[in-house]
Amino acid sequence: MTMAQEVRASDEKKLRKREWSNFLTGILFLLPSLLLFGVFLFYPMVRTVYLSLFLTSSQGVPIVFVGWDNFFALFQSTSFQLSAKATALFVLYTVPASVLLATALAVLANQKLKGIGLFRTMFSATMGMSVAASSVIWMFLFNPSIGLFNRILAALNIPGIQWLLDPQYALLSVSIATIWMNTGFAFLILLGGLQNIDSSLYESAKIAGVSDACQLRKITLPMLSPTLFFVTTVTLINAFQTFGQIDLLTKGGPMESTNVIVYSIYKDAFINYNVGSASAQAVLLFAAVLIVTVIQFKIGERKVHYQ
Amino acid sequence: MRKVELKEITKTYDGKIDVLSSIDVTIEPGEFFVLVGPSGCGKSTMLRMIAGLESITSGELALDGKRANALPPSERDLSMVFQNYALYPHLTVEQNITFGLHVKKISKKEQKVRCEEVCEMLGLTPYMKRKPKELSGGQRQRVALARAVVTEAPLCLMDEPLSNLDAKLRAKMRSEIRQLQRKLGLTMIYVTHDQTEAMTMADRMMILSNGRVQQIGRPLDVYNHPDNLFVASFIGSPPMNLIEAEVSDSMLTADGHWVMPIPNEKKWLLREDKVMLGIRPEHIKLAKESEPGFFVQVANVEVLGTETLVTFDFGEKSQWVAKWSGQYDILPGTKLRITVDNKHYAFFSVKNGKRLDRSPIPAAVKKVSS
Amino acid sequence: MSTGKRILLYITLTVSGLVMVFPILYAFLISFMQGGELLQGSFWPESFSLVNYAAAFERVPLLMYLWNSLLVSVLIMAGQLILCSLAAFAFVFIEFRGREWIFYLFISTMMIPWEATMVPNFQTVQSLGWLNSYAGLSIPFFAMAFGTFLLRQQFKTIPKELYEASQIAGISKLRFFTGVVLPVAKTTMTTLAIYSFLTAWNMYLWPLLVTNNEANRTVQIGLKQMQTQEIASDWGVVMAGVMIVILPTLILLFAGQKRLQEGLTQGALK
Ligand SMILES: Nc1ncnc2c1ncn2[C@@H]1O[C@H](COP(=O)(O)OP(=O)(O)O)[C@@H](O)[C@H]1O
Ligand SMILES: [Mg+2]
Repeated sequence: MTMAQEVRASDEKKLRKREWSNFLTGILFLLPSLLLFGVFLFYPMVRTVYLSLFLTSSQGVPIVFVGWDNFFALFQSTSFQLSAKATALFVLYTVPASVLLATALAVLANQKLKGIGLFRTMFSATMGMSVAASSVIWMFLFNPSIGLFNRILAALNIPGIQWLLDPQYALLSVSIATIWMNTGFAFLILLGGLQNIDSSLYESAKIAGVSDACQLRKITLPMLSPTLFFVTTVTLINAFQTFGQIDLLTKGGPMESTNVIVYSIYKDAFINYNVGSASAQAVLLFAAVLIVTVIQFKIGERKVHYQ
Repeated sequence: MRKVELKEITKTYDGKIDVLSSIDVTIEPGEFFVLVGPSGCGKSTMLRMIAGLESITSGELALDGKRANALPPSERDLSMVFQNYALYPHLTVEQNITFGLHVKKISKKEQKVRCEEVCEMLGLTPYMKRKPKELSGGQRQRVALARAVVTEAPLCLMDEPLSNLDAKLRAKMRSEIRQLQRKLGLTMIYVTHDQTEAMTMADRMMILSNGRVQQIGRPLDVYNHPDNLFVASFIGSPPMNLIEAEVSDSMLTADGHWVMPIPNEKKWLLREDKVMLGIRPEHIKLAKESEPGFFVQVANVEVLGTETLVTFDFGEKSQWVAKWSGQYDILPGTKLRITVDNKHYAFFSVKNGKRLDRSPIPAAVKKVSS
Repeated sequence: MSTGKRILLYITLTVSGLVMVFPILYAFLISFMQGGELLQGSFWPESFSLVNYAAAFERVPLLMYLWNSLLVSVLIMAGQLILCSLAAFAFVFIEFRGREWIFYLFISTMMIPWEATMVPNFQTVQSLGWLNSYAGLSIPFFAMAFGTFLLRQQFKTIPKELYEASQIAGISKLRFFTGVVLPVAKTTMTTLAIYSFLTAWNMYLWPLLVTNNEANRTVQIGLKQMQTQEIASDWGVVMAGVMIVILPTLILLFAGQKRLQEGLTQGALK
């Protein structure tokens, strides 16, 4: 080896050593997160898929490999069909309504008025409310004898409704409560999105004499679209994962009309001790969320106007 | 004091385009060396390679004669001042200056002494307890300087340190930095895109364009002997006037109508068909009665107090600028008769932009001795 | 804006504001009512006595639940702040091979609904002996992709020259992290802290799964317990419990509302 080559080799060795030490430091900083993701997210995900292919003991120990049998059984069971239907309807009832309501409130609260802070606080209040607390309050509002809704109906001489006990109304009732719970978070983010819009856009529109309604359509909504997109995705995914309000308000009833997927998983796993079936449902939930996210992003890429 | 040698240094980020190619220069201990060139030409990249913040693709960097290509920045014993100053926003001036000194195993007491000394030197003593956002631009700049000085590193690198200041403050800081460098005996490598800064501050300067060295030399040598068209037009304000001229029958013809006989000592010009001819604005004079000259029409006049810039149409397409000391009252549209002393012309190749006559032009430096 | 339009705007704001907070306000009023008042359907309590609140503390060990909730929330908040900021620092300031790949791994965690993994997670926690423990309640939530992204965005706004200056000075990465990055990113860290605390305090499903004794139960499960024991005339006591549970988060929300709004928007969009 010539002198020059030797020198270069020693340089390279030093650089590689530094690269290696950077790698180690980087991994060290990421290790806690990676470890926890591994143990409490990736491993259980894989394990769920694994369990979904087995018949399990009541302790959740896999006993017999049954392949896709758990899935076939699910598709044939009316209970699961009801659950899928309830989930789909629940998503349909809550997501568009939550986003629309929050957008309306955000546009309303994005004015420069005296005391607007108070209104913003009122609109965002539900973000501080836990599912449990909110559900207890709505449970009272829905109470057939002393709840607010039936009192209003009584005042109007309309017979009372069994809000949470009538299969016709239960899912709708839970959805209304959920829309209310969703609003705070969605409102807060949408308001942030609105305030990020460059005010010079409005000023030039004003100078050009563009009407308010037109400004909303031509400036506000397009510029807000990335935020709307984010909020819709989050609300959608949250809707698929609803549990608390169901557990407190209806326990999946009446007649399984509110037995949404996560509640169904919970019941199968922890009450009926049918872990195989619960895991199969969990895999389907994962697939549903994945598909919805992918579709959302595909649409989002095309439609959303980023600044 | 520190010697910095760059030998055939090349840098590429993507493996395709060379951001810097074959940079070859030695910076002497105690020298104020300025790297100047238009934005994007690779100045920062070169400085950052010397600092160790950027890897060297090929070639060798030596500090005090020792190869330093793979040395981490902290072991190169240098300080650096950044364009945006890189002050820690949450620390006071004092903490900013001493932050990092503990690494060099300097005691708390010694840190304090050094910090006070440096603050005194740079007039920062009243602001030691303030945060950067409570300081003016000039004061922040001084804190950045103080942070470089306090390390007592013998080599200091500065990347456009004055470009965020207003013109007046810039002029003041130029002189302060220069004095500080002399006083501390620092080897300084100073990056700027401003040719005035380079001209006024440098012991030697290096002009870079597109990642290639155009010329290295003392400011006045570079000014008087630009090696190529790029340097000729980049250094000097207003820039050198340039025009393409055709060579025929021992005559130079530019733009169809302007003709100059080729003097005897420039007979080598006959070898070319076309040349680029350059003349500095201060070398264009009003012709006296007796002198040969030619008529031009004035397009614009800027009176700057001690000097006057006269722009006039030269031929069909080009405009030339003349710089005369003193104040002139000339109306645009006036016809003037101007002349240029033959010896001030510079000739460049049309093909590669290189200077054709390498014979030294006597430098017009007046020596004043005490 | 014309006066007419302004008045209209105020009316719309007031009406929608009242509708939104009505359930909370109503619950607040009920928390002072006795059984009889509720049956009559009165809207305003006869007196603002605290008997229902006292009863709530007697009915279930509310104080202990509050303490558990506080402890678990603070643990989760601290854990998330530490893990997220460490990870975000590596993503922004440490260059190494495979970093991109790990970043995509982090993104992919957002696609896994946590609820889909609850069965094996329960088994894991059970086999670790963490049922009915603070560890079991908090540790699974320490890693959070959203928080990492939020901080990564913030860290990216720190000029890289700050990092380079400290490299030249020879300051270690860890010291740059604790001495420069964390203090500079204080505001965003606070935003994340508020968000973490809110979410942790309001957690429902996981505490329901992993606690079955009173010593470790959180306040949200306490509410469920109260509501299940409820007899019609006792709604006042239940609502008193609700008020106690939502008070900390509402205060936190109102104090940090502006910050949350700005912080979350930033994390969501960039
Ligand atoms: N980290 C980088 N990655 C890729 N290209 C870069 C990077 N840094 C600089 N460059 C490119 O290198 C060239 C020189 O940049 P720079 O040294 O910053 O120029 P200057 O300081 O003279 O303005 C530019 O074309 C720039 O785009
Ligand atoms: Mg630069």
